[in-house]
Amino acid sequence: MRVNWSRSSNESQPSKVFIMPVPEHLNFYIDPNRCIGCQACVQACTECDTHKGESMIHLEYVDRGESVQTVPVVCMHCDQPTCAEVCPADAIKRTEDGVVQSARKPRCIACGNCVIGCPFGVPEINIEQQLMKKCDMCYDRSSVGKKPMCTTVCPSQALFFGTRQEIELLRPRSMPVNEFRFGRQSITTRVSMMVPRQSHEPARYVDVTAAMDERPASRHVSLTVIDDPFAEVQTG
Amino acid sequence: MATQPTDPLKIIEGYGPHLAFTSGDRLSTAIVPDRLVKTHCCFCGQQCGIQLKVKDNEVIGFEPWEEFPFNRGMLCPKGVKRYLQGSHPDRLLTALKRDPSSPTGFSAMGYNEAIARVASEIDRIQKQHGNDAFSVLTGASLTSEKTYLMGKFARVCLKTKYIDYNGRLCMVSAAAANKKAFGVDRAANPWSDVPKAKVIWISGANVAECAPITTDYVWQARENGAKIIVVDPRITPIARTCDLFLPIKPGRDIALFNGVLQLMIENDWLDHSFIEKHTVGFDALAQSVREWTPAKTADVTGIPERSIRQAAQWWGTASTSFLMHARGIEHHSHGVRNCMGAINIVLASGRIGREGCGYATITGQANGQGGREHGQKADQLPGGRDIENPAHREQIAKIWNINEPDLPHAGVDAYEVIRKIDQGEIKGLLSICFNPKVSLPDNHFVTKALEKLDFYVAIDFFLNDTAHHADIVLPGSLQEEDEGVVAQFEGRVIKINKAVDCPGDAREDWKIIQDIAAKLGRTHGMQFQSPGEIFDELRAATKGAVVDYSGITYEKIEKQFGVFWPCPSEDPDGKPINHTGTPRMFEPASWNPVAKGAGPFYFPDGKARFNVAPYEPPTEDIDAEYPLMLTTGRVVSQFLSGTQTRRIGPLVEQYPEPRIEMHPRLAAKLGIADGDWATAESRRGTCTLRAQVVTTIRPDTIFIPYHWAGRKSANQLTISAQDPISKIPEYKVCAVRVTKAAAAPDYASELEPQQ
Repeated sequence: MRVNWSRSSNESQPSKVFIMPVPEHLNFYIDPNRCIGCQACVQACTECDTHKGESMIHLEYVDRGESVQTVPVVCMHCDQPTCAEVCPADAIKRTEDGVVQSARKPRCIACGNCVIGCPFGVPEINIEQQLMKKCDMCYDRSSVGKKPMCTTVCPSQALFFGTRQEIELLRPRSMPVNEFRFGRQSITTRVSMMVPRQSHEPARYVDVTAAMDERPASRHVSLTVIDDPFAEVQTG
Repeated sequence: MATQPTDPLKIIEGYGPHLAFTSGDRLSTAIVPDRLVKTHCCFCGQQCGIQLKVKDNEVIGFEPWEEFPFNRGMLCPKGVKRYLQGSHPDRLLTALKRDPSSPTGFSAMGYNEAIARVASEIDRIQKQHGNDAFSVLTGASLTSEKTYLMGKFARVCLKTKYIDYNGRLCMVSAAAANKKAFGVDRAANPWSDVPKAKVIWISGANVAECAPITTDYVWQARENGAKIIVVDPRITPIARTCDLFLPIKPGRDIALFNGVLQLMIENDWLDHSFIEKHTVGFDALAQSVREWTPAKTADVTGIPERSIRQAAQWWGTASTSFLMHARGIEHHSHGVRNCMGAINIVLASGRIGREGCGYATITGQANGQGGREHGQKADQLPGGRDIENPAHREQIAKIWNINEPDLPHAGVDAYEVIRKIDQGEIKGLLSICFNPKVSLPDNHFVTKALEKLDFYVAIDFFLNDTAHHADIVLPGSLQEEDEGVVAQFEGRVIKINKAVDCPGDAREDWKIIQDIAAKLGRTHGMQFQSPGEIFDELRAATKGAVVDYSGITYEKIEKQFGVFWPCPSEDPDGKPINHTGTPRMFEPASWNPVAKGAGPFYFPDGKARFNVAPYEPPTEDIDAEYPLMLTTGRVVSQFLSGTQTRRIGPLVEQYPEPRIEMHPRLAAKLGIADGDWATAESRRGTCTLRAQVVTTIRPDTIFIPYHWAGRKSANQLTISAQDPISKIPEYKVCAVRVTKAAAAPDYASELEPQQ
């Protein structure tokens, strides 16, 4: 992280000027509905200079038997990161620009508290290295004016890095949300999730556990004409 | 000799496919590359811009190239990991000769000795059996300089009429239909028109897996209010969130297009002014589709009538629109008719040749567009010319400085070449950028034919599956080891830049071809010193033709991030001009060398043609014995016959082995659970793979991706029926039966997933 100090002429009162490595106006937006499961993000993530050879992004099929829908899991870079708060070794740091860094040696003892604690299921322990590793928003790139690898390569721009103005211009059908409710816990994040834009009332938060016990409908979203396109097809 | 020299398992042990993962210097975060080379992906027709990181003559990684306007830094997983082909353990560093005494079946051979042997065999076969006894099969992932050179090599150097290319397996249906309708074969619009379309019709294109960056364009259109219609027997990622999904029965596309046109006519959703002014043949076509009532269309296509009506209404009443299709409608024995049907509904709407109003086939290979322009097709000469047209023959004979009578006439398509090898008419073969043993249908027959070859020389950078049969293998160049141009799928001519030198004895393909010519003592017109020299001749050869590259230079390409052809060097009066290219075709006031101002389309009267396209069922429809339809296709992590991508570890890990995709209702009927070994059988062969039970496919259809070889090859089952006009094989539909396998197949214990 670069910090610029500018000292006033009065030595007893130095003033600090932070230049955020990842500027405040540049944000990470994820729209899981646009994910096409191509894994360009996973592959490009392994090419990032912080953790070459390993991907910090996971891609999951929601239920391949029912749908081709996939969801990329990136670190949400919480404002009050649960992973850092539950770390007994104080190995996880959040820089002033809101990026939650990956765990650091020699502090990390691979206890797994962060894995259990993170509500988004992000951190993973590398057993061989005895180290938790997670997405750091490609800090080697984002701190010097480049975009994270995953957002650069994503062919459907499910992962997007840019300004709020840019995404609002590009995505009239959705809107960013960065507050998530898990039961009684509320978490705000640096990374925003795109949710369908409701004309009558903007979504203020995502209630993650609201639909926990419902079975997801497989093709309910946009096939406006019929529910099961293959209902009338006979097997051979 | 052309039989495999030893047990294929031993050849695989020696030459792969083995998996390469990122290792060594490529894992280091401390290394600063010597340079970043701006270039393009080596895989599909989207031709994403990418920068390759080079250190000490090795490509160690990539950096996005955000300035290249088509993809703006976006890439798919294949492009990200392509660099792992460099320094690969399977890379051919020497020429090889067939050697049954060697444990791997091949042994290294000196390059010059190999060239001498190749030349001597070509000479012998041609002297004994005639020039046409030696054939050339080439491919569309080569730069245009090389595709041009291959055509010249076959016709001027070998003087054989038998040259064809792997585009026969992909683009020829769209090409033929486009030529019949528009008089020219190129995407009608640049992709920048897609986001401005209010209705996007996608037929037979698994966009998210086969042209990933196009997904962003289509979904940007939706953000702008567009409705997306997807026609496919499977719910692919692009179909999952579309506005209207038409679950078509394989092989029935022309019925759907005819039905939609009939609804357009019934409801008068037609642009009469456009039809009147810019087309011919509407009345005959209208007459021919009268029988395609919505009920009949629904019955034949397997799509509910209400969906057909909805699709026709959205399409018919759209203010702007874009229709795109790919192999799903083209890989049929009526592929040309299917494409003509698509073009018919575009022309009837009048929405072409202007902003937000477009049509295109999505070309699959890196140079699938350029590779079908400059003469490596059996019936083609450079500039998109016709080898049987006397004026065209004279023009090219002049450029090549040969006598027109010495220019061979049309040959036959790639599958017919295989049949002629089987029949003994063709005795020798030189192949490059083509792996027919994996990519041609009914490949047991292909193998049988290959074994009859007297002499077979393959040029490649890995030992591909077909090259197992070669007498000699010459070590060719990776895309990043050469330079040249390709025309990506929009018709934009772009530059591939050289990043590293060829390793070992490997060298640029154009040098290998010229070395053979030199050893044959037939160097006329085969003495280029660089790709730039070849390109200059190609430009001159295309001047004034339909596919006019004469105004394109490497510098202009770099400056403009590509130049859309036609880019003439002179205006219609012959005055030199600095043309910047033609992004959008068929604009109302445009000029072309065929119409000469009479109209925007490439016919003397300047008008587009409607084509009557009658429906016929697939060549092999289902019956009691083989009651299911097999359709084949691709997955995002693999490319074509897998010679390259099955050697890249991270890509193989993404989707390691082919599966038989089937619906749960079908699986239940057959007693098959997800992951069980299942055997698919057709009249031509069997294939045992693990089942993948998913609701995202028609219950009367199974799907198998075709990128794997040998006993995992989907093409053991497919039929070699071909479209009579384009000769494209019918990969998308044939009849099969499926049973639960009694046990795991033998290969499960013998082969790694990628082998």
